[in-house]
Amino acid sequence: MKAMLALEDGRTFPCRSFTGPGETWGEVVFNTSMTGYQEILTDPSYRGQMVTMTYPLIGNYGVNPEDVESDRIQVSAFIIREYQDFPSNFRSTSTLADYLKKQGVLGIEALDTRALTRHIRNTGAMRGYISTEDLDPSSLVKRTLETPAMTGQDLVGSVTTEMLYRWIDGKPVKFDQDKTPLGSNIWKQKKKHSVVAMDFGIKYNILRYLESKDCEVVVVPASTSADTIKSMAPDGIFLSNGPGDPEPVTYAVDTIRALIGFRPMFGICLGNQLLGLALGGKTFKLKFGHRGGNQPVQNLATGCVEITAQNHGFAIDTDSMKGINIEVTHINLNDNTFEGFRHLEHPAFAVQYHPEASPGPHDASYLFDAFKKMMKG
Amino acid sequence: MPKRTDINKILLIGAGPIIISQACEFDYSGTQACKALKEEGFEVVLVNSNPATIMTDPEMADRTYIEPVTPEAVAMIIEKERPDALLPTLGGQTGLNTAVEVAKMGVLEKFGVEMIGASLDAIEKAEDRDLFRKAMDRIGLKIPESGIANTMDEAWEIVEQIGYPIIVRPAFTLGGTGGGVAYNSDDLEKMAKAGLDASLITQVMLEQSVLGWKEYELEVMRDHNDNVVIICSIENMDPMGIHTGDSITVAPIQTLSDKEYQVMRDASIAIMREIGVDTGGSNVQFAVDPANGDMIVVEMNPRVSRSSALASKATGFPIAKIAAKLAVGYTLDEIPNDITGETLASFEPTLDYCVVKIPRWTFEKFPETEDYLTTSMKSVGEMMSIGRTFKEAFQKGIRSLEISRHGFGADGQDLIDLEERKPKKSEIEGKLSTPNSRRIFYLRYALENDFSIDTIYELTGIDPWFLYQLRQIFEMEQDIKKNGKNMDDDFLRRVKSFGFSDKQIAYLTKTNEASVKKRRNAAGIRPVYKLVDTCAAEFRAATPYYYSTYETENEARVSKDKKVIILGGGPNRIGQGIEFDYCCVHASFALREEGVESIMVNSNPETVSTDYDTSDKLYFEPLTEEDVLHIVETEQPKGIIVQFGGQTPLNLSVPLHKADAPILGTQPESIDRAEDRELFQAMLKKLDLVQPANGTAMDVEGAAAVAEEIGYPVIVRPSYVLGGRAMKIVYNREDLEAFTRLAIIASPGHPVLIDKFLEDAIELDVDAISDGKTTIIGGIMEHIEEAGVHSGDSACVLPPFSVNRKLLDEVTAATKAMAAELNVIGLMNVQYAIKDDKVYIIEVNPRASRTIPFVSKATGVPLAKLATKVMLGRTLKDLGLTSEVIPPHISVKEAVLPFDRFPDVDTLLGPEMKSTGEVMGIDSDFGAAFAKAQLGAKQNLPTEGTIFISVRKNDYDAALPVAKTFSDIGFKIMSTRGTANFFKENGIETSIINKVSRGRPHVVDAITNGEVQLVINTGTGDETKRDGYLIRRAALKFSIPYTTTLSAALAVCRGIVSLKSNKLSVKPIQEYHS
Repeated sequence: MKAMLALEDGRTFPCRSFTGPGETWGEVVFNTSMTGYQEILTDPSYRGQMVTMTYPLIGNYGVNPEDVESDRIQVSAFIIREYQDFPSNFRSTSTLADYLKKQGVLGIEALDTRALTRHIRNTGAMRGYISTEDLDPSSLVKRTLETPAMTGQDLVGSVTTEMLYRWIDGKPVKFDQDKTPLGSNIWKQKKKHSVVAMDFGIKYNILRYLESKDCEVVVVPASTSADTIKSMAPDGIFLSNGPGDPEPVTYAVDTIRALIGFRPMFGICLGNQLLGLALGGKTFKLKFGHRGGNQPVQNLATGCVEITAQNHGFAIDTDSMKGINIEVTHINLNDNTFEGFRHLEHPAFAVQYHPEASPGPHDASYLFDAFKKMMKG
Repeated sequence: MPKRTDINKILLIGAGPIIISQACEFDYSGTQACKALKEEGFEVVLVNSNPATIMTDPEMADRTYIEPVTPEAVAMIIEKERPDALLPTLGGQTGLNTAVEVAKMGVLEKFGVEMIGASLDAIEKAEDRDLFRKAMDRIGLKIPESGIANTMDEAWEIVEQIGYPIIVRPAFTLGGTGGGVAYNSDDLEKMAKAGLDASLITQVMLEQSVLGWKEYELEVMRDHNDNVVIICSIENMDPMGIHTGDSITVAPIQTLSDKEYQVMRDASIAIMREIGVDTGGSNVQFAVDPANGDMIVVEMNPRVSRSSALASKATGFPIAKIAAKLAVGYTLDEIPNDITGETLASFEPTLDYCVVKIPRWTFEKFPETEDYLTTSMKSVGEMMSIGRTFKEAFQKGIRSLEISRHGFGADGQDLIDLEERKPKKSEIEGKLSTPNSRRIFYLRYALENDFSIDTIYELTGIDPWFLYQLRQIFEMEQDIKKNGKNMDDDFLRRVKSFGFSDKQIAYLTKTNEASVKKRRNAAGIRPVYKLVDTCAAEFRAATPYYYSTYETENEARVSKDKKVIILGGGPNRIGQGIEFDYCCVHASFALREEGVESIMVNSNPETVSTDYDTSDKLYFEPLTEEDVLHIVETEQPKGIIVQFGGQTPLNLSVPLHKADAPILGTQPESIDRAEDRELFQAMLKKLDLVQPANGTAMDVEGAAAVAEEIGYPVIVRPSYVLGGRAMKIVYNREDLEAFTRLAIIASPGHPVLIDKFLEDAIELDVDAISDGKTTIIGGIMEHIEEAGVHSGDSACVLPPFSVNRKLLDEVTAATKAMAAELNVIGLMNVQYAIKDDKVYIIEVNPRASRTIPFVSKATGVPLAKLATKVMLGRTLKDLGLTSEVIPPHISVKEAVLPFDRFPDVDTLLGPEMKSTGEVMGIDSDFGAAFAKAQLGAKQNLPTEGTIFISVRKNDYDAALPVAKTFSDIGFKIMSTRGTANFFKENGIETSIINKVSRGRPHVVDAITNGEVQLVINTGTGDETKRDGYLIRRAALKFSIPYTTTLSAALAVCRGIVSLKSNKLSVKPIQEYHS
């Protein structure tokens, strides 16, 4: 059915909905990965965003129960050039359209997504509104302007887990807190390491990686206090990825600050930014972000280049980290932005990109081993 | 790690002649490498026997050896040049194999030459099946269950273990020559034997069949610092069992989820490391079981390949250029990405479009061969198309093939239109289950016949995703029919975005192309142009490389500068290949020199012309009237060059002219005057020139009447085609009728031409250039084979060796007169026959010919460049060309034929062109130049042993001096009874051997047993047809050099005399012209 996408700067794109009627809004961003749409849809870091895939044919291999990064679709809407309603893959259990429909997420197609991408590249990520009811461009643009901006919003609160959970055999397992009071005796699995993962919107694949590295993982809400975490006496603390602007998430920054030096700490994406803020650094909003699976990152220790998966709209300001007792370990070769660091005194390191991939290349999976090694000794 | 400073001089080995499985892509890669290395200040030494390449232009390398790409010649070059390093990975399998042999000869060690790019170890690990299997075992990757056989006995043992069907893969060959799928013991007997013969190391791998599995390829690059990136992922639409060169392929991969893709990516990286390709590009092929995702590694090529060229064009990432830079020490993060200008080469390109490659076959040239595709490559070329959807790219792809199809179907060219029939269900099933060159069209017939996707999948193994796409195209076809002329604008826009051409829409709505176009223009439905930018628009692209699509935003940056469009030649085919691409590239270079913006339009991904930095702008588009006019309308060029790309653009000249597009140089009227029989005759009459008696006919009866009048034998051919398509010498009415029918099919609507055939005439090929006032001869070539053998298949010599000056003057005068009469501005080619000292005009083509690069290399005059400048208004005098350049050295061009790919085809030459490529031999005397050309064409001329001579009676006298010379220089002569008796009567000692039909032991036994070192066999195709055929096939099979004409035998004789008297020497082309 006919639909319309409006952007806050007045540009509009007539299109079609392939998921039936609806209305939605969010920040319009683009992702350049050619595969991995299901992982992207379910990545909590996309909360509040309408994601455009630059690869035009989406839906090709359907969806399946395994390739999920959280328990639901997180994007506000999905924007593609040509929806493929006839998937072909031995793991496919449903079409993309049915998957979106079931979870009430709007999907649109048949618009010039390259034009949209170029527009965002030139003018920056911006708010957008999609409707199948209101097809009047000026009215839709007006409504776009009434939606909240990404900067300054705490989106972590909307994606973090309400309850603690364990990660066992590749699945979240509810934590019966009444029976097992929080403390150092919660670790049951006789694994080599125990890790508390602070959930700012954590991707399942991080948990899958940690488990595969012989870690017992308990995932805690973003608002969990430093004292609570200390009482659990984990071997390591993991700071997860998550959506939006890190600056308003002040409670997490405080918690992290209190935990630096307590136990080895590893942060990814938003976790990297929050750790940076906790150390006194600053973050800023990138013009249109890094979203895709082909971002070259140089490991400054080895000089090697890792092809990485990325998904972030904010970044640490490299200059703001000067004078802090850290070492920049990774930079982005496309735009020389800050991609990772380690603390020179405390066992803490973080990267802006996604070593857990999913979707994307596995070049940086060694970082999980580095975390493991840090916990060992 | 920056550039290495410990090496200065680098030897690059080219791929030699164009053959099936090694085409323009290695000129593209070699040219990129030359440019990249020179740019870095290295001294580049190049060897390549193929004169039609850009890389052998004297400016490309510092020292260019147009010498045979053989280990012996390369060893001599190394000894002479003493390079520091040898880069073996950019000249295809030929380059790699030659480098390996040179290394094994100890030459590299002796002269301290380092192999860069890939080490000998790495090459052997990747190429030797057994070593490869062990390597894959070490990194835990599966390869098909297999066994290595060095003998037939071993082959039988292995099949016992693995069972049928079983795949036969010879080690160290090109494009799987000799390979195939064996379904039973008969097949295995044949294929394993052929495979052992074809393999350089007499080894075949017998492999578990994974027929029907999905096939994928990744293009991978690695640098010294162990950075590895994937440049492009490719999915074969055709499943395993069809050579990837014969498969329709799509980039990027369509039907793998990210999880599955990343497993493949990890595997490719692990393979690069395990095989030890230190720097450069490689190609890794995988098969995936569609039922459960099981993945196996099929093979890896530790070098730049045909797929690399495709990947470069599909992504914009210049693999060969980067490979060359990595080989001299750079790392990926030290090399800029030229396309964006702001990012680096250390990243993975991402596409926001879909790319389709479809092979171009020429089974029509080899009617004796079954149109059947298997693991041995048969296609001679390919085209690439780009669209925002698969459907769009696929339909653009079909019309880019230039096989008179304008889309998936419904273009007036389906069976119902051509043969007034619908294919039966059983016929469709047969064509689907047996892969063949027409299968794509039968997919549509299957949809038309309500075959379910499941059924089609079962029959073809083509992934349902592709079949759904095709069904959507087919359903759209039905919708167009339903909507008819009254379709609304939105619908029409959607139709165009499915890749439908105006021709298809016209057919479906029962109107004509012009009205569809008018209707579209009225509604403002026109294509926009999008950029190929390596990054899906994440960064601004600096390089204008475009494709068309039906969307909203047009990114074409149209300048106000003076600009010229060059129309390329489309996919390679027999008769139209790299020579024309060479001319187009030169046109582009010339435009740059003249300060004119150059805009290239072409659809062939293998070529230099479609490299992003050859022209100022590149449109990767089908060369059809509709697609080209859209570009013309967008760019509004000052002129269009149609005379360089072969017949493809020439055929567009009239429609372009009608649409008021400015054609540069010779005008379409003149082209028509040369093509149209009657106009041409009138011109000859006016100029007092003679052609063989001839006539034209529109039907079979007419043709017969003409033939009766002028007398048999006659040559029959269609007009407006290239390469002697459907051209034949016929001796009687029966053959005449049969061939006239074929000629009508080959060029429908155009008259059939019938000429008197001049037996035993000498043929001359003349290339000339004219500025409209002055005409200068570029070169006169004398054919070695007599008239009747297509000029493209005939060896030729420049300057002529047996025609006297008076006749040459006559030829020169005739050429100049015709150029003036036709108002030629640019290039012109004329073919003459000389019989009894009389000059006959055979054919005039007011355009660049296939021989332009050869003539330019032989004389040092860049004819195509000069012609471009002349078309822009410069005079030849201006440009410094005032007289014909007759070089003091001798240049020989020899044709390279694809008979080894087509079992059952006779190797006799005739008026229909069959060669895929050419080589050049250059030296100070004829014998040496000819011998070099033969060596370059892989005809290993013997210097001792036995010569088998068997000729038809008419040739006895002519054969005598040949036999005598061979006998005099120490060869033994062996002949069949008739010829032997004649030789004996004339005092030549000759041993007698049976014809095949006479019983054993016969001549084929002798060839098989290695008792014959050279075969001279002429035949007419009458009573001894079968015998001659068997002899010629046996010679081919055992790589015994052979000639099928006496004129060639005489030349071979002179070549061998030269080989025996002194060792061949090598000399760079720069020295010949200095």
